[in-house]
Amino acid sequence: MSKKTDSNLYTVLFAAGMVLIVGALLAFFASALKPTIDENKRIEKQQNILYAMGVNENDETNAIFISKDKVAEVFSKYITKQLVIQGDKITEDPKAYLIDIKKEQTAEKEGKERRLPLFIGEKDGKKFYIAPIRGKGLWDAVWAYVGMDENMVVQGAYFDHKGETAGLGANIKQRFFMDDFIGEHLLKDDSFKGINISKSNNDPKNEDKTDNEVDAIAGATITGDGVSAMIKSELKKYVSFFNTLKTN
Amino acid sequence: MGLLSKKDAALITDPFADNNPITIQVLGICSALAITAELKASIVMAVSVLFVLGVGNVVISLMRNIIPSKIRIIVQLIVVATLVIIVDQVLKAFAYELSKTLGAFIGLIITNCIIMGRFEAFALANGPWRSFLDGIGNALGYGVILIIVGFFRELLGSGTLLGFKVLGDPIEKTGLYAFGYENNGFMLLAPMALIVVGIIIWIQRSRNEALIEE
Repeated sequence: MSKKTDSNLYTVLFAAGMVLIVGALLAFFASALKPTIDENKRIEKQQNILYAMGVNENDETNAIFISKDKVAEVFSKYITKQLVIQGDKITEDPKAYLIDIKKEQTAEKEGKERRLPLFIGEKDGKKFYIAPIRGKGLWDAVWAYVGMDENMVVQGAYFDHKGETAGLGANIKQRFFMDDFIGEHLLKDDSFKGINISKSNNDPKNEDKTDNEVDAIAGATITGDGVSAMIKSELKKYVSFFNTLKTN
Repeated sequence: MGLLSKKDAALITDPFADNNPITIQVLGICSALAITAELKASIVMAVSVLFVLGVGNVVISLMRNIIPSKIRIIVQLIVVATLVIIVDQVLKAFAYELSKTLGAFIGLIITNCIIMGRFEAFALANGPWRSFLDGIGNALGYGVILIIVGFFRELLGSGTLLGFKVLGDPIEKTGLYAFGYENNGFMLLAPMALIVVGIIIWIQRSRNEALIEE
C-alpha cells in the first residue's frame, strides 16, 4: 500500500511549502545580519588602509589591525585627505574608502571612466599615499592596500584574498610576505616597473630594495603571479598623480 | 544511572574510533585534504560541521515522517544548504576574520558526504535525540581527524601552530632551524593530507585487528 506522502500532489505541496519556509528563514537571517556585516566590511576597509601606512598593533610575527573600537578615531586622526582621481580630475571625498574597486574595474571594462581612490595619511611628519588595488589569484580575487611615499617607494602593504589555498596562496596576508614589500621601489629609472613576485629571488631577506622583486611563497606560484600582475596593472594608473606631485 | 544510556553513549563514542567517518567509512575525505594545511581552519571547519550535522540531523529526524520519499535527497540538500548559509552569515556578522580565513570552505560543507550520509542512514530512521547524538558523535569523529591532520601539516609544513612560530624562525635560523631543520613544503600540498590520513588509518588498524578487512 502506498503511503500518503508518496502522492504527486503531496510531493508538490511539500516542496512548495519547504521553499517558502526556507526562503523566509534565509531572508530573515540575511536582512537581520546585513547591517552588522556591512559595518564589519566598513571597519575592515579602515583597518586595511591604516595597516598599509604602518598604523597597526603588530606583535613580533603577526599582522594585527587597530582594534575595532578604536579604528574610527584613529582613521580620522591619521588620514588627512581622501581623493578620487577620475581622468585628469582630482576631487576630495570623505567617503572615498567606500568605493568598490570591483565595480570600478567593471565600469572600466565597459568603457566608462574609472574612479581611483587614493588616501593621504600623515604619521610622524611623513606623508603616505595609500592606494587600494584588486586582481586575480589562483581561485578567486586578491586585493591589497599599498602605502607609498611621493617617490612611489612602498611604505607598507596589506594583502588579502577571497579563496586562496590555506597554507599556500593564502599566505600573502602573512607578515613575512607583506613586510618584504616595505622599502621596495615601484619605479626604475623614473619609469613604472612594479614589483615582481620572483621564484628565482636569491635575496630571501629582501635586502635589495631596488631590484623590483620580492621573494615568492613556495607552492603559490599562480597567486604570486596574480599579485605581480595586480601591482603592475593597478598601481600604474596612479603614476600620473605622482608625477603631478613632482611638478608642483 | 548516567546521563546517557550505553546505547546512546555509543552513538557519540563509536565515531571516534571503530566507526570513524573518515578513517573507517572513508567519507569527508575531500574537505580533509582541502582545508587542513592550517590548524585554525581545521578547528573552525570541525566546529561548523558539528553545528550543521547536529542541527541538520535533528531537523531531518523531526521531518522524517512527512518527507516524500521521492524528493528526500533534495530535501536533505536543502536542509544542509540552509544551515551552511546560516553558519556563513553568522560567522560574517560575529566572527568576520574567521569567516574570511575559511573563505569558500564553509560552502564546501554542503558537499561533505558525512552529512548526507548521516541524514540518509540515521536521521531518517531515528528520533531527534538519538539523531542529535549521532550527528554530534560523527562530527566529533570527523573533527578529531581534521585537527590531527591540521596539526601535523602546519607543524611540519610551516613550523607554526595556530600561526605561532613553534620551531623557530626559518629565515633567521633560530630554534630547530639552527640545527639544519627545514620546513617540508610537501606537507602543505593536498596529497600529503592523504598520506597523513593513510598513516592514521594504518596506526588505527594496527592497534585494532578487528578493523582489518580480510
